[in-house]
Amino acid sequence: MQITSPTFKENSAGALADVQLQKALGNVRSGFIDKRRKAVEALPEFDQLRDSARAIKDHALENLDLYLEAYEAKVKASGGHVHWAETAEDARNIILDICRSAGARTVTKGKSMITEEIALNDFLAENGIRPVETDLGEYIIQLRGEHPSHIIAPAVHLNKEQVEADFRRVHDHLPPGRDLSEPETLLNEARKVLRSAYFEADVGITGANFLVAETGTSIIVTNEGNGDLTQILPKVHVVVASLEKIVPTLEDAAQILRVLARSATGQDMSVYTTMSTGPRRPGDPDGPEEYHVVLLDNGRSAMLGTEFQDMLRCIRCGACMNHCPVYHAVGGHAYGWVYPGPMGAVLTPSLIGVDKAGHLPNASTFCGRCESVCPMKIPLPKMMRHWREREFERGLNPATQRAGLKLWAFLAKRPSLYRFATSIAIPMLSLLDRGKGRFGYLPLAGGWTKHRDLPAPEKRTFMQQLGSRNTAAKEAAR
Amino acid sequence: MSSREAILKKVRQSLGQPASDAVRQKAVADRLKKSPQGVIPARGQLAPAERVELFCTMAEKLFATVQRVPKPEDVPAAVAEYLRGKNLPASIRMGGDPRLAAMPWRKQRALEVKQGASDGDDATGVSHAAGGIAETGTLVMLSGAGNPTTINFLPEHHIVVIDAADIDGDLETAIANVRKIFGKGKMPRTLNLVSGPSRSGDIEQKLILGAHGPRALHILVVGG
Ligand code: SF4
Repeated sequence: MQITSPTFKENSAGALADVQLQKALGNVRSGFIDKRRKAVEALPEFDQLRDSARAIKDHALENLDLYLEAYEAKVKASGGHVHWAETAEDARNIILDICRSAGARTVTKGKSMITEEIALNDFLAENGIRPVETDLGEYIIQLRGEHPSHIIAPAVHLNKEQVEADFRRVHDHLPPGRDLSEPETLLNEARKVLRSAYFEADVGITGANFLVAETGTSIIVTNEGNGDLTQILPKVHVVVASLEKIVPTLEDAAQILRVLARSATGQDMSVYTTMSTGPRRPGDPDGPEEYHVVLLDNGRSAMLGTEFQDMLRCIRCGACMNHCPVYHAVGGHAYGWVYPGPMGAVLTPSLIGVDKAGHLPNASTFCGRCESVCPMKIPLPKMMRHWREREFERGLNPATQRAGLKLWAFLAKRPSLYRFATSIAIPMLSLLDRGKGRFGYLPLAGGWTKHRDLPAPEKRTFMQQLGSRNTAAKEAAR
Repeated sequence: MSSREAILKKVRQSLGQPASDAVRQKAVADRLKKSPQGVIPARGQLAPAERVELFCTMAEKLFATVQRVPKPEDVPAAVAEYLRGKNLPASIRMGGDPRLAAMPWRKQRALEVKQGASDGDDATGVSHAAGGIAETGTLVMLSGAGNPTTINFLPEHHIVVIDAADIDGDLETAIANVRKIFGKGKMPRTLNLVSGPSRSGDIEQKLILGAHGPRALHILVVGG
């Protein structure tokens, strides 16, 4: 796909002016946050599970080479094949070879961010193979020639009227007078159209949420069941997964599964958690005859051992973007590549280069909500700061910003001076808001206040408030 | 150098670790051998009767329907009744699971029982679960001739029979049971953990049942 991350600012301006998009983004703000909160509140052990999940991934990453070897041995023992791909191009060619030797003309696809990352669909189509996305959201955006705007809800930027128009345009063999006014009728139509694709497909391609070293198993989670029909009906099942999907054991996968669906959609479990190991067994009446795993590096190994290693714990739940005020304002496409929101702001520069994605780590209010909801406790704001610092060192920022950061760095290293400087600045700012609690206009920040109000600061700085809260708490405890 | 060697080499370089590090090798081998358990939520840790209750409640919350029958012999009649109640054709698709095979299907004279994997033309499929997880109202389904995986996904209605004694509190116990069947480090081709009927929220976040898999999941809990 074409990378538009370098024009993040222009993309955002366009997004803010897009009425349809702004309406659709309302669904993110209202839906996901509440559902997650309820699911988390209903499980007292949730935070303990987060720590457990984090420790498992840290352990797996520290020993990634050994677990990859163990995993490969198990896949082979169960009759499957493992292909190692250093780059996106390697992965595309491996997959094309598998498709060609299966004589494939149609491949069905389960929802997979990794195949977006390697731009697989265009490549297959260029080579005469028809890729069919089967997840409803992915199917819709494939019809539109778009890319996902959210990692778990790819079509979240669309309204049902837009989907109706696309279905009428593409499904032109169906009666024009049919009712497509509701999500139900749209879903039923997609279900029917895609049913035949499942049976036509020679190869089914899925991603993986986990690869289990203990058993050589790949795990996917879905709600629709499309990932299952994609892998059990065709002759060949291809799993495409990046290195860091490895977990040691089934128990380890179980721990992370408990935080995954809750963080993503507020479900205790997704409807289908599917564990696939090798091809069908002798005597099995269904299932694929061949099972291939394409293990993709594409920049992950270079993140290990750096300040960005923690990002490899990401389980792609989407909670960080669901809770991000910047994502809420501009949606996913503005980020200009595959991964949007806070996780994208950290991951994208690692994968496509900070020269192209340097604006993304700046797309943050540093409110910290992403880190506080991240089930894997990934320090997203800190890593965005790392990118800013790196970018700063490379001198990619405009001079004014460099000067501002320099001043901030100077003050930040001198806590008393910092407190003094902010204690002057904050009361001055609250004069400007005239008691409304919000700024409609702020000098030098027109780019921000043009489209939204900026919450006015409290009359006192955070440090001052914290200081007096601590004093009050101490007094109460006496 | 093959891609495999190149990737493993890069990983080791980045980690600053040699492959031969005995401490790491032991830690990895131990974990793979012992499969240590993590945090198990208290929610499912109940006496058998309450566990079955919790399983039913959780499954219903996920929009499955649940019916309890006293004995395996009661299953065919319950299936026939479900089909009549939903105005479905008196025909089911079913695998060769010995527990299902032992049930008195012949007594339901009007009921056609088709054997084997589904080809997509069946309105209703019947499977036997290997286990249940009370914590989340989840069914554990194992692939094979007994319960072909296609039956879990292609028919619009999926009826799943589960023995109340096979309902455990948590996912870890269910995993341990699978390990008992297949052996340590081994798995069936497909293990489906099924929590409710298929659904999608992809259009305007509105939840709709019956996306690509079954629109309805009916669970028959036997005994308990
Ligand atoms: S960074 Fe955390 S919250 Fe965001 S998608 Fe990854 S795991 Fe989820």
